[in-house]
Amino acid sequence: MIAESFSFPEINSILRWQDFFTSFNKIALIAVAAALIGIVVFLLAGRKDPMVAPKGVRNLAETSVEFIENGIVMQTMGKDGLGWTPFLLSLFIFIYLCNVPGIIPLLQMPATARMAIPMFLALLVWVIYNGVGFKHQGIKYLTNTIWPPGVPVALKPLVGVIEFISNIIVRPFSLTVRLFANMLAGHILLVTFALLTQSLITAETMQAFLKPMAVLPFFMLVFLTAFEVLVAFLQAYIFTILTAVYIGGSTHPEH
Amino acid sequence: MEAIARLIAVTEPVQTPDDVKAASAAASAGFAYGLAAIGPGIGIGYLVGKSVEAMARQPEAAGMVRTTMFLGIAFTEALALIGFVVFILIGL
Repeated sequence: MIAESFSFPEINSILRWQDFFTSFNKIALIAVAAALIGIVVFLLAGRKDPMVAPKGVRNLAETSVEFIENGIVMQTMGKDGLGWTPFLLSLFIFIYLCNVPGIIPLLQMPATARMAIPMFLALLVWVIYNGVGFKHQGIKYLTNTIWPPGVPVALKPLVGVIEFISNIIVRPFSLTVRLFANMLAGHILLVTFALLTQSLITAETMQAFLKPMAVLPFFMLVFLTAFEVLVAFLQAYIFTILTAVYIGGSTHPEH
Repeated sequence: MEAIARLIAVTEPVQTPDDVKAASAAASAGFAYGLAAIGPGIGIGYLVGKSVEAMARQPEAAGMVRTTMFLGIAFTEALALIGFVVFILIGL
């Protein structure tokens, strides 16, 4: 009975609700809202008096700046990477605010679960770390990237090809896919268990014990929602820290 | 003999090439994700286990170990996620 009534919806219908205008859909709305919320929060925090003890919005902003400085920049780039804090902070806040709607009721859709936003962010990061590399090391950046120090001459062609592919081509791809696939997987899991719960409750069946069984997928749904809170934070953190590592790597060549 | 022939005729369903294609796509999508999850599963388990060991031995280095652990997890996990993307591409 359940097998008849339960069918997974088309992937397009769980990802793309409807277009508000031409090519402006829920994803775009969430992304715009994420950018605006981030800007407004930090503008409000910036207008507070810095001399008194921070509270409210300013407390939040200072905590996040401190987290980026101590948790990401100091761990990966050291003291002279502190100039990158604003960029990394805005990246982190934007990705986090795009991820979090995946578990907010009514929205229930992470904006990063479509390829476009992660891919654009990854391309931005790609341009920045290559640009920084050329700025700091000049044309030697290319040779430093594809040949790690101490490679024997005989191995240089092979190592060069491998390092070029992994540093220039695979890095933006894996940044994109890591963020996108994590959020999409979480979203599909939530959809699956929500549908299971609903179809068990509404199943037309003779077995009376079948309907109360709906609590099982419901508990799983609650657990996964809590898990998604963690994933949303962790993916934003990982994206930011990888950006910091890439920028740090192209600022200072390995010796 | 006739009974066996009828049995075969009954059990053999009518399959169009599209059905065969859809069935093998569904099966291989499952295999793709399952196989892609094995290696990263082992890898992440080993990585986190070793990190916990390191943090327990040297609690003062915990921050550094944790950062490196997340980096390692990110790189290891990417393989499983590529498997998941392939699963979606061929399965859905």
